[in-house]
Amino acid sequence: MQVLMREDFDTLIEKLQGADYEVIGPRIREGAIVLDTVDSAGDLPAGWTDEQEGGRYTLHKTDSPSLFHYTVGPASLKSFLYPSKSLLCRVYGGHNDFDVEEPEIEAPRRAFVGVRACELHAMAIQDHVFAGGRHPDPVYTARRNNIFLVAVNCSKAGNTCFCASMGTGPEATAHYDLALTEVVEDGTHYFLIDAGTKAGRSMLDELPLRPARAAEEEAGAAVVRNAAESMGRSMDTEGIEDVFFENLESPLWQEVAERCLTCANCTMACPTCFCSTVEDISTIDNDMAERWRVWDSCFTTNFSYVFGGAIRKASSSRYRHWITHKLAAWQEQFGTPGCVGCGRCITWCPVGIDITEEAAVLRRQREARQGEARYGAGTRTAY
Amino acid sequence: MAVAYHEPMLPLPHRVRRMTWETDDTFTMELVAAGGGGGGITSFAPGQFNMLYVFGVGEAAISMSGSPSNPDTLLHTTRAVGSVTKALANLHPGQLIGIRGPYGVSWPVDEAEGRDIVIITGGIGLAPLRPLIYTLIEQRERFGNITILFGARTPDEILFRDEIEQWRRRFDMDVLITVDRASRDWRGRLGVVTTLIPQSPFDPKNSIAYVCGPEVMMYFTLEALEKRGMPRERVFVSMERNMKCGLGFCGHCQLGPKFVCKDGPVFRWTEVASLLDIREI
Repeated sequence: MQVLMREDFDTLIEKLQGADYEVIGPRIREGAIVLDTVDSAGDLPAGWTDEQEGGRYTLHKTDSPSLFHYTVGPASLKSFLYPSKSLLCRVYGGHNDFDVEEPEIEAPRRAFVGVRACELHAMAIQDHVFAGGRHPDPVYTARRNNIFLVAVNCSKAGNTCFCASMGTGPEATAHYDLALTEVVEDGTHYFLIDAGTKAGRSMLDELPLRPARAAEEEAGAAVVRNAAESMGRSMDTEGIEDVFFENLESPLWQEVAERCLTCANCTMACPTCFCSTVEDISTIDNDMAERWRVWDSCFTTNFSYVFGGAIRKASSSRYRHWITHKLAAWQEQFGTPGCVGCGRCITWCPVGIDITEEAAVLRRQREARQGEARYGAGTRTAY
Repeated sequence: MAVAYHEPMLPLPHRVRRMTWETDDTFTMELVAAGGGGGGITSFAPGQFNMLYVFGVGEAAISMSGSPSNPDTLLHTTRAVGSVTKALANLHPGQLIGIRGPYGVSWPVDEAEGRDIVIITGGIGLAPLRPLIYTLIEQRERFGNITILFGARTPDEILFRDEIEQWRRRFDMDVLITVDRASRDWRGRLGVVTTLIPQSPFDPKNSIAYVCGPEVMMYFTLEALEKRGMPRERVFVSMERNMKCGLGFCGHCQLGPKFVCKDGPVFRWTEVASLLDIREI
């Protein structure tokens, strides 16, 4: 482990820029920390921290010089690797004759600074979806191959975070080029830095570093430990597929539907949700037609439309589909869970529906049924 | 014309060679790769589908309805009910559409070897089964009794009428037709297709069933098959869901943990039995 002093942080950004990367990092935009171009360390939200709860997100300025003392905002890597809108093709001509033109794939070289462990896991999950099958998605794979990832281990956990219980954080353990732990103590401000790939190791060679002292390594470990211990929520994943597939007709779905607005915010903010639709647009002369792939959400009625009407008409069916897919069906489909515990769906739900709470209710319902099956005959004799 | 796209979702131009109206709202479209030979669909298995693209309108997933032994005559049969299928219906021979495929899991033929076969279908559901029927007839000696049970709403809605009449004249298979309602000149059976199951000549202990139709029809068909003692693992169904990509990543066609586009559309009943009982799954 080596140490990068805070005053040398700009060198890291300059070296990334020198390697022809556009550097993307956390920036404050419209009251939230999102991802945008970073020219220097001065652009990072120093001293800012966030407070998150179901349906609530606020930022506060503190006296701390910390650059990364907050958790994830509404933006994620997803929109950079899997754009919310991408052109599939242009078709020139008409019904009598046409030519299909495939657009050039835009895959800019980008370095992401300050990527959290849950984000890296979410990306690895999308790798399975978009690049793991028989038909790898060319846009995703091209963009994915052109990125450099500088992770930051979380120094605090949000109230809606539950990565520790999902095994996806708060420490970055895989999928990064470089990983940082920010330490601010006794007037010193430095980053413990480590490489996860060959590209990361080459970058280390270019930076003004010194070996970390044992006390510094311990201070870094304490930062991560503190985040893990202050996690606001947790998810019990034990046997979670059965919890959902044995509860497809639970009364919970109707109960959640009375609160759910089917607004699709959770699916837009989720870093793993991948559904898309295709929009057809043609010129007014009808001599050129475009096909655009755009993000879609299973919360819209049209999502499941077949001739005769939507399959999932009720909002209870749509919520059941989303959470069952995310926490249970995903495993059979892609060999991983579909949730990384980032808590975005809780924070950005306008009515604060909580994925961890709904999963816990289902688990209790199932346990109660199992209890009844086991002891039922004896307990009902009172009637 | 050898086209190599990077993007797996791009349509390959195909020309409409013939349009045949099967009923008032159902037609068969015969397609040939534009630019003649090469490119396009060179082979497919019974039960698979293509994504058909109409210029400026969009795509729809439609099963092949022709013979897999003759993939050069690429047939798709569909009802004109949605924006894409209505636009397809308005095309004329010589005009162009795009296709990509073939996609999906096919009806298992080898598993029928040495067994009686019962095909149960209603309405447009016969279209994705026709390639299977062609294959079974071509390899007739491999199988036991073959029975086709077909239901339509009215006699006018009987699909592939001439062909069904030919199949009925064969001595090596049984074809039973029923309609939900008819005028007095109909001399055949009346009632839903499930009423044909108890009297059909198949041995449930050594049979295989292929089922395709509206979901509610399949639900009651499966119930009737079970009542006759047909084991669930030898019943196959073809499911329909909204599809945008056909490749397993647009998410639209999910049926529980299954992607109908790549894990189906043909499923062994045991794979989806627990899901078919759930409303709006």
